[in-house]
Amino acid sequence: MNDLNTYLTIGAILFSLGLYGVITRRNGVAVLMGVELILNSANVNFIAFARFGGMNLSGHIFALFVIIMAAAEAAVALAIIINLYNKFGTLNVDDARILKQ
Amino acid sequence: MSFSDLTFFLIVALTIGSALYVVTSQRLVYSAMALFFTLLGLAGLYVFLMADFIAGTQVIIYVGGILVLLVFGIMLTHRISDIRLSHTSMQRGVGGVVVLLIFVGLYRMITSAPWYLEAAPAPESTVKIIGTLLMIDYLLPFEVASVLLLAALIGAAMLSRKSES
Repeated sequence: MNDLNTYLTIGAILFSLGLYGVITRRNGVAVLMGVELILNSANVNFIAFARFGGMNLSGHIFALFVIIMAAAEAAVALAIIINLYNKFGTLNVDDARILKQ
Repeated sequence: MSFSDLTFFLIVALTIGSALYVVTSQRLVYSAMALFFTLLGLAGLYVFLMADFIAGTQVIIYVGGILVLLVFGIMLTHRISDIRLSHTSMQRGVGGVVVLLIFVGLYRMITSAPWYLEAAPAPESTVKIIGTLLMIDYLLPFEVASVLLLAALIGAAMLSRKSES
């Protein structure tokens, strides 16, 4: 039970749920939450391969860099979302179809 | 079933259940709280995988940093008096079918692929080895990551300030 396939399946479930959030959500912050789930599913896979797949501690380093990327991405994405709200008065990502006004 | 197995099942149930709630709840603040439990459950899974440093980093950066940032984002872009803070979902049926197909494909791939298996020797603590690896083998990505963080810091500050005009 505590083997590679279990963790890969958990990662696949988290990835699918995150993708579902990104596809169906219309609120920018909620789309960002889906992206966070997808990044975390990648991390689960990296750590699982580090433990069972002979990747050893390089997998941990990869996961660390993914976490760093996620932090940078969340900060910039939220700045963009707040700008979007100030400019359009909505958070619906479908309404933001023009790049300049 | 041993105590360890029971804990593992509980953590997996917590993680996946709250992840499901994150993407289906109609209230944004509830989604953020469910994301909190998902990230904590993932930190628990990392402990099961003997990645103690990553588990600590997960709690500090995701739960302490990114989630607080998300809640700030929710609070800054909604009126506090707007209790529902609702956010609609579109095309749930089509999206669900597409995602289910993708999951089935991934699952078939996972169960049928001949994975190279080699159990890692369980180290006492991973912190020392990770530090050595970062300073020797992965020094360049480490430095590039610091530049990336600086760029994100400046970019976010630049984007979110009020324009003078």
